[in-house]
Amino acid sequence: MTSESRITVDGLIKRFGDFVALDGISFAVGAGEIMGFLGPNGAGKSTLIRILCGLLRPSGGQASVAGIDVASDPEGVRRRIGYMSQKFSLYGDLSVVENLRFFGGIYGVPRSALDGQVAFVVEMAGLQGREDSLVATLAGGWKQRLALGAAILHRPSVLFLDEPTSGVDPQSRRRFWDLIHRLGADGVSVLVSTHYMDEAEYCNRIALINRGRLITLGTPHEIKARSVAGELLAVEAEDVGRAIAALREAPGVRNVAVFGRLLHVVVDDAAARASELKARLNALGMAGVRTERILPTMEDSFVHLVGRAGRSPEGAA
Amino acid sequence: MLRRILELLIKEFLQLKRDRSARFRLLVPPVIQMLLFGYAATFEVFNVSTAILDLDRSQESRALTAAFVHSARFRIARGAETQRDIRQAVEASEVQVGLVIPPGFSELLRKGESSPVQAIVDGTNSNTALIALGYVGQIASAFGQDYAQDLAHRTGRALGRPMVSVSLEERYWYNPNLNSRWFFVPGVIGTLTLITIVNLTAFAIVREREVGTLEQILVTPIRPVEFIIGKTLPFFLIGLLEVSIVASIGMLWFQVPFRGNVFVLLFGTSLFLLCALAIGLLISTLCTTQQQAFASNFFVLNPMFILSGFSFPIASMPQFLQWVTYADPLRYFLVIIRATFLKGVGLDVLWPQMLALAAIALSLLTIAVLRFRKSLD
Repeated sequence: MTSESRITVDGLIKRFGDFVALDGISFAVGAGEIMGFLGPNGAGKSTLIRILCGLLRPSGGQASVAGIDVASDPEGVRRRIGYMSQKFSLYGDLSVVENLRFFGGIYGVPRSALDGQVAFVVEMAGLQGREDSLVATLAGGWKQRLALGAAILHRPSVLFLDEPTSGVDPQSRRRFWDLIHRLGADGVSVLVSTHYMDEAEYCNRIALINRGRLITLGTPHEIKARSVAGELLAVEAEDVGRAIAALREAPGVRNVAVFGRLLHVVVDDAAARASELKARLNALGMAGVRTERILPTMEDSFVHLVGRAGRSPEGAA
Repeated sequence: MLRRILELLIKEFLQLKRDRSARFRLLVPPVIQMLLFGYAATFEVFNVSTAILDLDRSQESRALTAAFVHSARFRIARGAETQRDIRQAVEASEVQVGLVIPPGFSELLRKGESSPVQAIVDGTNSNTALIALGYVGQIASAFGQDYAQDLAHRTGRALGRPMVSVSLEERYWYNPNLNSRWFFVPGVIGTLTLITIVNLTAFAIVREREVGTLEQILVTPIRPVEFIIGKTLPFFLIGLLEVSIVASIGMLWFQVPFRGNVFVLLFGTSLFLLCALAIGLLISTLCTTQQQAFASNFFVLNPMFILSGFSFPIASMPQFLQWVTYADPLRYFLVIIRATFLKGVGLDVLWPQMLALAAIALSLLTIAVLRFRKSLD
């Protein structure tokens, strides 16, 4: 861990009764880095973020944020971070500016600086002209940018976003990510959890977690290269169920997963196996079978890694 | 710390300003209920605490005293040596009825004449007063009849002569006309305040939990205690305002006299409001949705109302329930509010009630704050 680390997590454990939500997680996030947390629902993403925000006490291990230990000084941590939860959580019956002034005041932004900060956030979130609108009347994308604005009023050095883009249209999501990258460029470290695979590719680094464990950590490129052991073929066939069964038994096939209308098949040698597999399916009486070599996406990696971890929890293979 | 509490205060009042239905709930139901209760009917009573002052000290006077002692209707709460004892006992609400058997009581009886007994009744609770007086009359006349028969038997006088009787000389203190509104109106003030403040407090916090804003606030540097103060102080102020409004209606519209000290009432009200806020806060820690809060409020507030002695005399309740009433802040506040309105007594008399309220407020607040902090984890 370098001195540049804004977030340092070492062997973090959280238990709720008998249930182990986080099972010894370790990683570090540097200044200005955008780190994505990817994992299925219930993997422990929210629990991890809530611990790092000082909302939950860890059961074991250590975590520090902005150089402060979360267990011993949660209040000090909260002074230095911004947090935006998956649930929209500003006051719908207050106006844009009233909400911002309230949270600014709670965060202790000096009165002299508050007007400037509020104006800055309004501009950044593109809410000019809506300053006096009640928040309840704003559309989803606007609310989301306002919530992000409320979380950075006090200029935190670390920002936590817990599934911030759930339920927002793609265009607003794109705009939201532009904002996050602007913050990263200003040196703010951002830790964001999501279950949108395409969003994960916007992050500098990605941590994949499942069942409270860190499965892999790296840049999107690294993860894709590392996780899919082999080459990838997209196969289009009519009878998906029978096709899967047939493909799983074919020589050279390592994994088969359904992606929409297509099957993604991991094989040892795409060029050699493509025609073999096509012939095999044709032999079963399936017409119109098409195969194509593709590059693995984040979703391929995710399915592959989570599937592997699910089958052998000790992380073999 | 002050800044953060102030910001919360501003926010609460802004939200209240926006929320038309909350303003409606705040003002209209109390006023309507006040008018309803003010005009509403009377109900029944039992088991009356009594002091007897026997100035005659004769066989007859002791027999009359015994008739009261053995009657299940009355409970002799204390003895009395002088008229002053009776006055003090009624003033401090130790007894509701004071009986004075005057000197010469037995002499008049022996002569076969009607002999008066004085009954002093605390009129602040007009129901109890009226019923109690009925029992006094029954016991006294039964005693008179027995005595007359006995006397006729012993002296051989004809039974056709008019019977000896015990005549009651009635005196109502504080509420000479036994106006039931004088009794109801102060009670309604306490009850309405409790309901409104517990509801408002519980809902305001549960709503933030439900919507998710509570979590957003808790990741700020605010401390739980600051949040609690900022969240409850507005309702404390609203509670004071509400008591003033409802009390004004009582005084101006229903002509209930206010004989006491405003500051004594204000002090008692403040202690009572702290209890109400703590109960609201406690309910909010047990509920995650506003619906749950609504149900919990109903379960908590109804028993508090029933056990307060507002409608059903505590003395008539089973012993077990009587013990439970000691934990009911409304019980003490009703005494304070009736006593300041009608008797005009001060802290010298009301300190036990004030002390009880302070103790309940302190313990409830401690539990509520501890529970609130725990509920955040």
